[in-house]
Amino acid sequence: MATTTTISISGLVKTFGPTRALDGLDLEVRTGEVHGFLGPNGAGKTTTLRVLLGLLRADAGTARLLDGDPWRDATRLHRRLAYVPGDVTLWPSLSGGEVIDLLGRLRGGLDPKRRAELLERFDLDPRKKARTYSKGNRQKVALIAALASDVELLLLDEPTAGLDPLMEAAFRDVVADERHGGRTVLLSSHILAEVEALCERVSIIRAGRIVESGTLAELRHLTRTSIQAELVRPPDGLAGLAGVHDLQLDGTRVHLQVDNPRLDEVMRHLSAAGLRSLVSQPPTLEELFLRHYQAEQVTTPTGDGQPTQEGPRR
Amino acid sequence: MSGFTGTGQLFRLALRRDRIVASAWILGLFLYAYSQAASIISLYPTQADLDRLARTAEGVGANPAVVALQGPAYDAGTYGGATAWQVVTPGTLLIGLMSILLVTRHTRQEEETGRAELVSSGVVGRYAWLAAGLLYVLAVNVVLAALSALGYVSVGLPAAGSVTLAVVCGLTGLVFAGVAAICAQLTEYSRPANGMALAVLGAAFLLRAIGDTAAELSWLSWLSPIGWAERFQPFAGDRWGVLVLPVAALLVLVVAAAVLLVRRDFGAGVLPTGLGPATAPSWLGSPLGLAWRLQRGTLAGWTVGAAVAGVSFGVIAQDMAQFAKEDPETAKMLASLGGAGSITDIYLAAILSWIGMLAAGYAVQATLRLRAEEAEQRAEPVLATSVSRTGWAGSHLLVAAGGAAVVLATGGALAGLAHGLRAGDVGGQLARVLGGALVQLPAVWVMAAIGVALFGLAPRLAVGATWAILAVVLSITVFGEPLRLGQRVLDLSPFAHLPRLPAADFVATPLVWLLAAAGLLAAAGLAAFRRRDLATGA
Repeated sequence: MATTTTISISGLVKTFGPTRALDGLDLEVRTGEVHGFLGPNGAGKTTTLRVLLGLLRADAGTARLLDGDPWRDATRLHRRLAYVPGDVTLWPSLSGGEVIDLLGRLRGGLDPKRRAELLERFDLDPRKKARTYSKGNRQKVALIAALASDVELLLLDEPTAGLDPLMEAAFRDVVADERHGGRTVLLSSHILAEVEALCERVSIIRAGRIVESGTLAELRHLTRTSIQAELVRPPDGLAGLAGVHDLQLDGTRVHLQVDNPRLDEVMRHLSAAGLRSLVSQPPTLEELFLRHYQAEQVTTPTGDGQPTQEGPRR
Repeated sequence: MSGFTGTGQLFRLALRRDRIVASAWILGLFLYAYSQAASIISLYPTQADLDRLARTAEGVGANPAVVALQGPAYDAGTYGGATAWQVVTPGTLLIGLMSILLVTRHTRQEEETGRAELVSSGVVGRYAWLAAGLLYVLAVNVVLAALSALGYVSVGLPAAGSVTLAVVCGLTGLVFAGVAAICAQLTEYSRPANGMALAVLGAAFLLRAIGDTAAELSWLSWLSPIGWAERFQPFAGDRWGVLVLPVAALLVLVVAAAVLLVRRDFGAGVLPTGLGPATAPSWLGSPLGLAWRLQRGTLAGWTVGAAVAGVSFGVIAQDMAQFAKEDPETAKMLASLGGAGSITDIYLAAILSWIGMLAAGYAVQATLRLRAEEAEQRAEPVLATSVSRTGWAGSHLLVAAGGAAVVLATGGALAGLAHGLRAGDVGGQLARVLGGALVQLPAVWVMAAIGVALFGLAPRLAVGATWAILAVVLSITVFGEPLRLGQRVLDLSPFAHLPRLPAADFVATPLVWLLAAAGLLAAAGLAAFRRRDLATGA
């Protein structure tokens, strides 16, 4: 059970006219994990989810979901999953409570106790007509309907985009509970803090392909640490070291970025020059993210970058 | 600065948005006006024919049931007077409908969708949306009136009366635009706003129907903008003094709408919105339950429409024989509708065909709900549950097909009841007329099935193309024989193949063929839908 996969996609291609929305996408989500699916707007996150839901048909490649074919076995598979769209549109004349019940029942039933608890937690008035809900409240309706269903897999497409910080926190708590409950979650997002807080593994998508995939620790490994140091005497040979970037030397003050696999070597150089003070900042997902989004900055990670499945597009 | 800043820009935006919608309305209503004038001249070629028409339409001998539908006639012994009699009441009803829908579309709907909010954050005055919407409807009505006047003159009617008739119809349309402007302030949503304004339009029609037929209640007609339009008497004296009433009403309505506008918040309505239930009723847990919940309001509206049509047409069926005896031209016209029975039966067959077309309108609207749900991304959350594509689409189709039967049965039963009561034979007539209504069902289903096929095969074209096909079919069915179109063209309409009950004998063969066609088209559409991507966005 430990290493079974819930979602496995390989070489997925989906075109809309001249646009290649998915361009050989590979993605693996293991059973029981919360998997972050990071990417900018238009990278193909929603298209991937729609293919997984059998709403779109892939042009090439394979996708397996809960040991089934997302297109052919759609109805059977949908009993075991719940989906929260990124842009939730509801029937204007139905109340929020009606929509929650309806979607839950269409999925095969929902737990009334859990429903009540979630309504409380997300502070939603179920009697209001859907047309009067704000974007955030519409999202809450879809979230509650999904979370109150007894399913194995949650597909969440930017679920917190319209929520306020308080509700975002509530959402994180709930997803943490889900993880403990053993459910698999695929969480598409462009909010890094959310992914950092919730996900064990992350896949980064850009222009229809996965450019990085791995655990947070593995991904951090691929990025740079920022170091500011005050030394006893000026260091030598720093500039020549592999993996050192943006070096600024001002007498005994050093400011540099270093590729994580080279950190040890650089630290030995620095301490050889005598360390007075040291500030090091761990790489944030933000940096990782930016590196892949800014096309001109693209470099293929080297070193022991085992989690990378393929290099970024040029 | 000024509350009207940006009105010009928004007016141009409305024109740009609606170049097709507006052109279609103008063209359709112009053709209606022109064909009425042209058909009067071809149906009543001599003065003697016109005089006979005048005797049945006008004065003490006028048939009250006809007057209830058409309004009173003035100088029906002239081509102008007869045309005005044919055009004013139904024409103002249609122009009022157009004006209401267009005003709501450009005011409340823009606000409801949030588009107005984006625009209003720019340099746009408080009144600009309302002003631009009303100006736009004014422009549409001016163009329509100008074209109609030219149309009347081109068939040989006097110029002065032609202008009066066209102006009267346009001005009445504008009064209803004012009504819609008020309704747009009252509710937050365009559907109830349209509903309220259309209810006012219906009430205006009914008030004058009562006032025009009951002498002691004739003052009621003066409460109705449609009643005012009748009393302008185009081609029969052109009573321009009556002009005061619609102009004053229009001013009062527009000012009142503006006052309401500044008293409410942006995006809100004057009337509060209520709360709904906290939990769904137990039946709302299947795709069919959802389809019913979403479509029941539409079905109720069309059923009421069919009921009103059934009663009003049915109640005059008995008079048709009398009417035809006095006016051989009407008899000829009725006979040209086809069938071999008595004049009353031929007339009943004709009205049942109209009710069939009404049901086709419902069926197409209900079927195209599928596309609206898909385009507006409300199909997605449902299809992401364990509901199959066929189950989802089939549920809506079941409601559409069953609803069409309800619309037909209601219209047919009430027409039969009304006719039966006047003829003193409820038991016999009710069954005959109801049967004649239900026989329309296969043709109605074919129209719905065309919608399904297009929805499956060409989703982005489905809405426009299905309505266009329905419009063509209805035009062929209604105008085909008067315009002497060839049999091959007439046969394109599914309605042309139905046995004309109760004026003809029942034959099953064409019904079987139509049912087979409907089944095939619907199956093709569903199969294509199962194979294609979900296509969101318009």
